[in-house]
Amino acid sequence: MSAVLAELTRPLVTDLAAFDAERVRADFPILQLKIDGKPLVYLDNAASSQMPQQVIDRLVRYQTSEHANIHRAVHTLSEIATAEYEAARAKLQRFINAPDEREVIFTSGTTEAINLVMHGYGRKFIKAGDEIILTTLEHHSNIVPWQMLAEETGAKIRVVPVDDAGELMMDDYENLFNERTKLVGVTHVSNALGSVNPVKQMIAVAHAHGVRVLVDGAQAVPHLPVDVQDLDCDFYAFSGHKLCGPTGIGVLYGKAALLEKMQPFKGGGDMILSVSFEKTIYNTIPYKFEAGTPPIAAAIGLGAAVDYLSRIGMAAIAAHEHELLSHATAQMMEMPGVRIIGTARNKAAVLSFTVDGVHPHDLGTLLNQEGIAVRTGHHCAQPVMARFKVPATTRASFAFYNTLAEVDALIVGIRNVQKVFA
Amino acid sequence: MANYKALYQEVILDHNRKPRNYGKLEQASHQAEGHNPLCGDHISVALKLEGERVNCIAFQGESCAICKASASMMTAAVKGKSRADAEILIQEFLAMATGKLDLESPNHMGRLSVFAGVRDLPTRVKCAILPWHTLHAAFNSVASASTESERDPMNAPIGDA
Repeated sequence: MSAVLAELTRPLVTDLAAFDAERVRADFPILQLKIDGKPLVYLDNAASSQMPQQVIDRLVRYQTSEHANIHRAVHTLSEIATAEYEAARAKLQRFINAPDEREVIFTSGTTEAINLVMHGYGRKFIKAGDEIILTTLEHHSNIVPWQMLAEETGAKIRVVPVDDAGELMMDDYENLFNERTKLVGVTHVSNALGSVNPVKQMIAVAHAHGVRVLVDGAQAVPHLPVDVQDLDCDFYAFSGHKLCGPTGIGVLYGKAALLEKMQPFKGGGDMILSVSFEKTIYNTIPYKFEAGTPPIAAAIGLGAAVDYLSRIGMAAIAAHEHELLSHATAQMMEMPGVRIIGTARNKAAVLSFTVDGVHPHDLGTLLNQEGIAVRTGHHCAQPVMARFKVPATTRASFAFYNTLAEVDALIVGIRNVQKVFA
Repeated sequence: MANYKALYQEVILDHNRKPRNYGKLEQASHQAEGHNPLCGDHISVALKLEGERVNCIAFQGESCAICKASASMMTAAVKGKSRADAEILIQEFLAMATGKLDLESPNHMGRLSVFAGVRDLPTRVKCAILPWHTLHAAFNSVASASTESERDPMNAPIGDA
């Protein structure tokens, strides 16, 4: 039990009255690393966030003293593992304020969650000639599954355009609806530009037309307080590894009434009540959608991650990240040759930019030389790149454990690269 | 990992700023497009063979400095050479970029050896070799090439590299 005691006695950042990034950083062993002798400045959080010691410890404790398969055996370990796995589900339910635990389905990540909706809902309810509304800001994972469905069924995809700032054009959105519209798929926060989309308003418009809405929340849940009841979304998908949790775990929230009408996505063990070669009866939700042995450890780790984030508070996280973004934006706007791509009024902690005469890949390689980790490329959002007529951008994406000093290091790093290419 | 600095040497920066043989080639006999969908790099290589000799060669496109400098130095290196000699350069360059060429042994890399450091940057190897793949595709009169498609002739084995 010493590991449990250690965790219980670990000082919590919540004990702090005000948010203190330096204190938080002490929880993240990886942030102490040096790259080529330079302190790591990790600004690739939109791709994947880092894991605090509390979550690492929870994973170790699970593997050390709690692991067995769940929902199966009567022995002690199976009961503990089952209880902890279901406790994690309850934590995720509270974290997004879902009305019911049964509405929280564990998936391998956002991509699988969207594919689950495509197979379970789309293939059952979307027919030839029906229309699916997506936006220009979608990540490929919220485009390709729907194209696959459209190809299979003969459904059509309509796309909401964005303006030069990277904001969705809401008049065009409303005009896309007709009697054949069946589903809206929209990202809550653009991974490439950081735009926070007005999803609550978009959901209200869709519902007025009797249309269901799937929200890709992969970039929103780690940065903003998310309340699925307040949004009134029909589906909400997100990933664990962007949320200080492990890879291989994610969540699909869905309204129970819809989930019950949907067909299973994958067949196998745990998703059935009874099987014979004549007839198989599917299990109830959420288990109907969790065939096979799930990533139990990862789910429990994600539960620990949302505990950790809740203790800090998502509002405090959003406020700190907003400060980082404002600080970085203000400095970049002053830099000759630097163009920020995505200037929406409401942005999360993503800063995409180009530097005249310096290709993003060269910039990324040279920043890495200074220990600064950024993402370069099309960010799995090629329609966004096409809209802004850039082949690629450099993207700095912040987390609550980043500091103003790290933003300054990025700015200095960019200036130095500009000198090399001058 | 000191090779980042080694890679962005003045010679590469210079070829990036002032690429040689950059532009369109009228009346090319061979031409190919090179594309790296992972990063959006895109170049085209056009050349005119007279007999078996590369009489003229040009490239153009959008790419990072490593790719552009590699293309620029490639065109300078193969211009006037026989197709067979150019194929040897392609083979050796690919081997060098992937760390399979022993630079201590006799080879034909000469100034091109400034790209040797790319072998330590796995994500950048493709940037350096894209022009060479595209040249190989052009020799084989393949209209379009990619670093990703398995069926694409650009991924066909080139020599022993």
